[in-house]
Amino acid sequence: MDFRLDILVEYIPFFLKGTLLTIGLSLVGILIGTVLGLIIGLGKMTRNKLISFICNCYIVFFRGTPLFVQILLIHFGVVPMLIGHTNGIVASIIALSLIAGAYIAEIFRAGIQSIDKGQMEAARSLGMNHVQSMKDVILPQAFKRMIPPLGNEFIVLIKESSLAAIVATPELMYYGRALASQYYRVWEPYLTAALIYLVLTTSLSYLLNRLERRLATE
Amino acid sequence: MIEVKNLKKTFGSNEVLKDINALISPKEVVVVIGPSGSGKSTFLRCLNLLESITAGHVSIEGVDITDKKTDINKVRTEVGMVFQQFNLFPHKTVIENIILAPMRIRKLSAEKARERGLELLRKVGLKEKADAYPDSLSGGQKQRVAIARALAMEPKIMLFDEPTSALDPEMVGEVLEVMKQLALEGMTMVVVTHEMGFAREVGDRVLFMDGGYIVEENIPKELFENPQQDRTKSFLSKVL
Ligand SMILES: Nc1ncnc2c1ncn2[C@@H]1O[C@H](COP(=O)(O)OP(=O)(O)OP(=O)(O)O)[C@@H](O)[C@H]1O
Ligand SMILES: [Mg+2]
Repeated sequence: MDFRLDILVEYIPFFLKGTLLTIGLSLVGILIGTVLGLIIGLGKMTRNKLISFICNCYIVFFRGTPLFVQILLIHFGVVPMLIGHTNGIVASIIALSLIAGAYIAEIFRAGIQSIDKGQMEAARSLGMNHVQSMKDVILPQAFKRMIPPLGNEFIVLIKESSLAAIVATPELMYYGRALASQYYRVWEPYLTAALIYLVLTTSLSYLLNRLERRLATE
Repeated sequence: MIEVKNLKKTFGSNEVLKDINALISPKEVVVVIGPSGSGKSTFLRCLNLLESITAGHVSIEGVDITDKKTDINKVRTEVGMVFQQFNLFPHKTVIENIILAPMRIRKLSAEKARERGLELLRKVGLKEKADAYPDSLSGGQKQRVAIARALAMEPKIMLFDEPTSALDPEMVGEVLEVMKQLALEGMTMVVVTHEMGFAREVGDRVLFMDGGYIVEENIPKELFENPQQDRTKSFLSKVL
């Protein structure tokens, strides 16, 4: 197998741009997904049956259908309905945020439910109401336990953001495919893309490990 | 004052409290004893509504807490509770544990709350631990902090659910000492405990619970030395 470095060099700026967008998409996805996940996760745990049911449907739908299908639905269906025309970046951000929200909702729920129920009882016995007890006692402890699975979700999101390429979002995989079709090459574009994804995910997982160890010793 | 009338509590089909009646006067120290599973904890937890009440009435300082209109959070500020497992907040320092509720509920300033928190810590003999985290404390120290935390809301009544049962034997004394001090200062207390020495020395009255009922109650000396009911006799013969 021959390996053409010259076409790779030509594509360096594109790969760089694509990588930045990949990072951007995953970052925005994890941020919006976290806010969404908190709301949906708390919603699922409320005593209000209707709210809990709706939140559960959301989680079931987004965890139970492929991101591929979600992106197409959002790109060709939802986004045009909202802004009148298609927009790959907007559709990708929405799709990634929504699916991250579903997974993070479950992370939140598990985190909150992992806190000993004596903590809530102690807070309530002091006269603090449910919201105060959640905010001051339960959530700070739960957040700490959520960091590892949240980091995991971030890594998954980086990889899944590659699907944004199918709706012409100019991220890393988009340029990989562009290079592949321009020169009819396979190894150069896809191996390069794979390598860049690997660098992103392993450095993130390294950072997370360090953070985890610091939290553990605190 | 605590008034309990025909209190019933069921978990599913399990009727844990069958018909509890009790009257606890201000400054009284009432000790609750009884075999495991007899409903002692459930009874105590009904007094501050940590368990919902199935039937009957409980009133605290004249306020019926079973009434839907009652602001239970307000009632709870007047009823402190100390748990077997301490339940300190592990992400907060000792002093932060103590000042959290006074700051949130009584809206005390941080300085004022801290000042009063340190006062309470001095009282339980742990002033130097103010800025330590609960994990670094011994069981006895944790429980004394938990008592200080409950006292920070300036409750009129204190509930203790086996406060020394999770402790190594050598630490039981220091916690009982704090409780005794509290009793001497005139705190109204309801204490579930297996410490019969404490019941005898500090208790004004002992309630013996079995099978969801208060089977017998009396002043400690009488109940321990001259029990009337067979179930009381059999229980005491096992624990004394
Ligand atoms: N949340 C709950 N759900 C279902 N059953 C419960 C619950 N809490 C207590 N019970 C049951 O109620 C009964 C009385 O429990 P409780 O904890 O009040 O007893 P206790 O007298 O405090 O016992 P111990 O000395 O072991 O602490 C037990 O049979 C227990 O299984
Ligand atoms: Mg108990």
